[in-house]
Amino acid sequence: MMMPTPLRLMKTAQMAVMAVLAVLATLMPMPMTGGGVAFAQTEKITITEGSIEPTPIGIADFTDETGKPGVLGRQVAEIIANDLNGSGMFRSEDSAYLIPPPSDPSIKPDFSEWAPLGVKALLVGSATENSNGMIQIVFILWDVVTEREIIAGEGEVSEVGLRRISHQIADLVFESWTGDSGYFDTRIVFVEESGPADKRVKRLAIMDQDGHNPTYLTNGSSLVLTPRFSPLVQEIAYLDYFNDEPSVYLMNVSTGRSELLGSFPGMTFAPRFSFDGKKLIMSLAQNGLTDIYEMDLATQQQRQLTNSPSIDTSPSYSPDGDKIVFNSDRGGSQQIYVMDSNGRNVRRISFGKGRYATPVWSPRGDIIAFTKMHKGEFFIGVMNTDGTGERLLARGFLVEAPTWAPNGRVLMYFKQNPTNEDGSGGESYLYRIDITGFNERRMITPSFASDPAWSPTLP
Amino acid sequence: MTNRILVLIAALGLLAACETASKDSGDAAGTAASSSSSTSASASSADSSSSAAQTPAEELASIGDAVFFDYDSSALSDDAKATLSAQAAFLAANPSITITVEGHCDERGTREYNLALGERRASSARDYLVAQGVNAARIKTISYGKERPSFIGSNPYAYSKNRRAVSIIK
Repeated sequence: MMMPTPLRLMKTAQMAVMAVLAVLATLMPMPMTGGGVAFAQTEKITITEGSIEPTPIGIADFTDETGKPGVLGRQVAEIIANDLNGSGMFRSEDSAYLIPPPSDPSIKPDFSEWAPLGVKALLVGSATENSNGMIQIVFILWDVVTEREIIAGEGEVSEVGLRRISHQIADLVFESWTGDSGYFDTRIVFVEESGPADKRVKRLAIMDQDGHNPTYLTNGSSLVLTPRFSPLVQEIAYLDYFNDEPSVYLMNVSTGRSELLGSFPGMTFAPRFSFDGKKLIMSLAQNGLTDIYEMDLATQQQRQLTNSPSIDTSPSYSPDGDKIVFNSDRGGSQQIYVMDSNGRNVRRISFGKGRYATPVWSPRGDIIAFTKMHKGEFFIGVMNTDGTGERLLARGFLVEAPTWAPNGRVLMYFKQNPTNEDGSGGESYLYRIDITGFNERRMITPSFASDPAWSPTLP
Repeated sequence: MTNRILVLIAALGLLAACETASKDSGDAAGTAASSSSSTSASASSADSSSSAAQTPAEELASIGDAVFFDYDSSALSDDAKATLSAQAAFLAANPSITITVEGHCDERGTREYNLALGERRASSARDYLVAQGVNAARIKTISYGKERPSFIGSNPYAYSKNRRAVSIIK
């Protein structure tokens, strides 16, 4: 279903990229302020609101066969601009369209026309239909100050593939300019919600990370919750109440077929894949006890990792697979614990005020995202893997379920409004935020949405 | 329809009473909750044409099909134990009936933790029924976490009503 990337790079001016990266390193200080410390001492809630000065960029409408901006080319430019602006790292210059782009990307732009707009980078390109009815895409990213080419590429797609190749170009622009990997050619699986609060219908849905191409994966006949992507993309693990037997299922995204995972004597839930995609951890609840189990997906062999009279749930592997972070009330209230992947060396890492839940290890390995509840409010935050350096990024009546973009720079989660007695309210929406606490944005979804999970970078 | 409205009016009355009477006592909330259950049960039986013969479901509802819990707790209050004892007697008198105990939570927790907590509440109610002599094979448990509130609203009273284990005839 997913085609491999049709995009290939033509050449890269490595030196220019390096020069830009050096500049950028000084431009992007992460405000690792002592939010956690201040919080612990004074009980004052500090929401880290980062600020990054976005790079002004000109994104020219891609030209067509006539050498003028075309319909397809405008679409490509809009998709790329939306991605880059959404990252908070770029600000596309609206008046760029006033300047006619070169009639062919191979012609060097007249930088004296672009420089007055204040843009540091300039993306030009063409989108032309060839004799096979395919669309030929060419692009070049320029450094306006040095007038040097930073990255260039070309590709061929059918009209259906236009959005995807545009996201891939946005990824290349992002990567070559910031040095971080891009995350625009990714998808989000989530729970789409409809109906009244006491009879909410929940369906699995999947969409591009910019909210386009939403598709339903289940029909709402049974309650479904907490979908999680396999790092290999083709599979989603989720909780399904099929036949009133809540259990973890695996769905093949391409075929839409689901199968029950394993055979357990109670409710299985809270699934999450290991980063190599070979194992899955989840909770089993039975006779009032909830423990964590690991399953080898190839052999279906299962192993119990925790054995306590408490609730042990929401497990998440470290990227190297050596450790597992999880949620437990073994100390009396919900807190975050880390253990070795064999279940040994359990130690608590959350010590701030309030209750902590839903820990998720960053794909970079260095920090853990979580949900925190304190004095009637919910927060999304991050902490170091030893529990130090807590920073709260978002707050609300109910915010929950952080999920990482594959580059570990952006978090998505959902927010739910309070419900009124008459049944109104209770709307839930997906949001995303930079881990510096900058640029919180609501995602566009077909209706109410919760439990987002970010796909890895698509193959 | 009339049914629903009656129940709603009763609920609103209780809500007002609860808000003014007591704010912090979990037991008070539980008591208010149980009495509201019977209110809704009597409202529905008053509407039914044959008031003489109750169905087993109606009988269970009039006994009290739900027990209520404090925040983040699966401990049974004295009220809950009394209700469950009555349920056990009902099950002893109706040996062919099997039930499912549904565990539920309020919305002030995270989804996965609440699934576990709901299971703990359902198990807690089930264990008490078994201790009263009900055959464990007659009782199934299921947790809905915070997915199926019985009372709509983001307020302490609704939360106290939603932290519950409900016995349902299967």
